[in-house]
Amino acid sequence: MDTQSAEVGVEEGPNKIFISQQQVVDEEVQAKVEMLIAELHGTKHHPPNDPDAQKLDHGFHFFKTNIFDAHPEYFSELAKGQSPKFLVIACSDSRVSPSVVLNFKPGEAFVGRNIGNMVPQFDQLRHTEIGAVIEYAVKSLEVDNILVMGHSRCGGIERLMTLPDYTQTYDFIDEWVKIGLPAKKKVLQEAGDLPFAEQLTLCEKESVRNSMVNLLSYPFVRNAVVNGTMIVRGGYYDFVNGSFEQWKMCTH
Amino acid sequence: MQVMSSSPSLSPAFNNFSGAGKFSYEFGLKLRLKDEEPDKEEEEEEEEEEEEEEDNMGSESYEEAIAALSKLLSDKADLGSVAAAKIKRITTELEAAVADQTKFDPVKRIETGFLHFKKEKYEKNPDLYGALAKGQSPKFLVFACSDSRVCPSHILDFQPGEAFIVRNIANMVPPYDKTKYSGVGAAIEYAVVHLKVENIVVIGHSCCGGIKGLMSIPDDGTTSSDFIENWVSICAPAKTKVKSESNELSFSEQCNNCEKEAVNVSLGNLLTYPFVREAVVNKSVALKGAHYDFVDGKFSLWNLDFQISRFHPL
Repeated sequence: MDTQSAEVGVEEGPNKIFISQQQVVDEEVQAKVEMLIAELHGTKHHPPNDPDAQKLDHGFHFFKTNIFDAHPEYFSELAKGQSPKFLVIACSDSRVSPSVVLNFKPGEAFVGRNIGNMVPQFDQLRHTEIGAVIEYAVKSLEVDNILVMGHSRCGGIERLMTLPDYTQTYDFIDEWVKIGLPAKKKVLQEAGDLPFAEQLTLCEKESVRNSMVNLLSYPFVRNAVVNGTMIVRGGYYDFVNGSFEQWKMCTH
Repeated sequence: MQVMSSSPSLSPAFNNFSGAGKFSYEFGLKLRLKDEEPDKEEEEEEEEEEEEEEDNMGSESYEEAIAALSKLLSDKADLGSVAAAKIKRITTELEAAVADQTKFDPVKRIETGFLHFKKEKYEKNPDLYGALAKGQSPKFLVFACSDSRVCPSHILDFQPGEAFIVRNIANMVPPYDKTKYSGVGAAIEYAVVHLKVENIVVIGHSCCGGIKGLMSIPDDGTTSSDFIENWVSICAPAKTKVKSESNELSFSEQCNNCEKEAVNVSLGNLLTYPFVREAVVNKSVALKGAHYDFVDGKFSLWNLDFQISRFHPL
C-alpha cells in the first residue's frame, strides 16, 4: 500500500507542480520531467518527441512477446551457439530481407547485406568487409550453402548500367557497383538491343552469376566446393511479379 | 529435376563457363510461379502433394523391408553366417536410404520458404507490395551483425520497406576510406544522400563472435585469418578502452562491454562521412546505438548527440 501511494505521489507530484506553475507547456521541461518520472519508476524511457526510438522499442517488444518468450527452449539453445546451413548475400534494399522473403528463422541463415548483393574478388586491401563475412561463414560456421540473392528494381544495378554519369558522381557508390562490370559488359554484348528495363533485369541476374564466380576466388570457398562440402547457389527475387528462381553452380 | 534456362538469349553462354576452368553452371530448379496463372498453381500444389505422398510411401516400404529383414535375422538364428552378413549389409543400406530421404534439402528449403512468404505476406498485402514495387523510402539505415540470430526483421519486427540494412561481421562501421571501405561507404551514401533516411542505428549483440575475435587478438598483433582479424580491428579503440577500464572482469564480461563500446566506436566513425556529419548537424539524421542480448532477451537503445556550437571570436 505504501509503495502504491508513493508511486502515485511520484507521478502526480512533479506534474501537479508543473501544471500549477505554468500555463504554457515548455517542451524541454516536459521532457525532463517525464524522464525523471521514468527514472524514479526505474523504467527505460526515450524523449517523448522521438517516435523513431519508440518504434524500435515497440518492434523489439513485439518480437520479445510473440517470438522470443513464446519459444524459450529454441532461443536458449540458440544462445549457446549458431549452426546455420546458409550464408546468404543479399542486397541492403529494405524490401528484400532474406528472413522475410525466404522465411528464415533465427539461426538458419548467416547474412551479409550490401549494395547490389555483390561479391567482389578476393582482395585483402579493398574488400575486407565481405571477405570477413565469407571467411567466418565458411571457416568457422562451415555453412553448406552460399546463396547470392539478387532482386528486381535494384538501385545498385541501375547505377551500374547508367554509368558513366557526368552530371552526378558519388564518393563511393560508383566505385562499388563497378564490381558488376563483367555482368554489364555481357548484357550489353548479348542484349544491347533490348529496352533498358529488360537490360536491367538481365544485369540483375547476370551480376548474381558474376558474384558466384567471384566467390571461387576465395581459397577457402574453392576448397569447400571442390571437396563437395559446400554448394554455391544463386537466386533472384522478383517483387514486381512475386516470383523467386534459384540455380546452383555445378562442379565436375 | 528440370533444367530450364531463365533467359534464352544468354543461356548458351552460361552452360559452359570457361573463365573458372573446371566449373560450369547448371540451371537447376526454376519455380514456375511467375509464368503461371492462379489455377495452374493449384495443379502444381496437387502435383507437389502427390510427389510428397510418393516419397512418404517410398520410405514406408523401405522401413517395412528393414523390419522384415531384421525379424528374419532374429528369427532364424541358425542362418549361415554368410547369409546373416548379407542381410545385415542390406539392412544398413536401406537405413541409409531412409536417412537420405529425410536429409535436409536446401533447394526445397528455399522453395518452401518463398512459397510461405508469398502466400502469407505477399499475396495478403497487395497494396503494400504494389507500392514497394515502385520504390522504397525507409526511415532507417541499420547496421546489424551477420549472425544468424540477430536479423533486424526479426528482433525489431521491421516490415518490408522500413529499413535499409547493412550486415557484416560485428556490425561495424569503419571510418571514411574510399579504398579500403567502399562497400560500407556506398551503403551509407545511398541511404543518406539518395534515400534520405532519418535514422542510422548500429546494433551490437551478445555472444558476438567478431567481438570475441577482436578481444582474442594477441597483444603482439599476430593474426591468423585472411580477413576477419583485420576487419574487426576497426573497433580496436573499444578493446583498448574495455581492457583498461575493466581488466578485473572475466573475459566474457569484457567481451560484453566491448560489444557496446564497439557500437560507440562505429557511431563515431559515422561522423567521418561528410554527408552524415552534415545531416546530423542539420538534424535531418539521428544516430542511435543499440545492443540486443539474446541470452536475457533484452534490448537497449541510446542516442549519440552531436552538434557544432556557434563560433565566438575572441
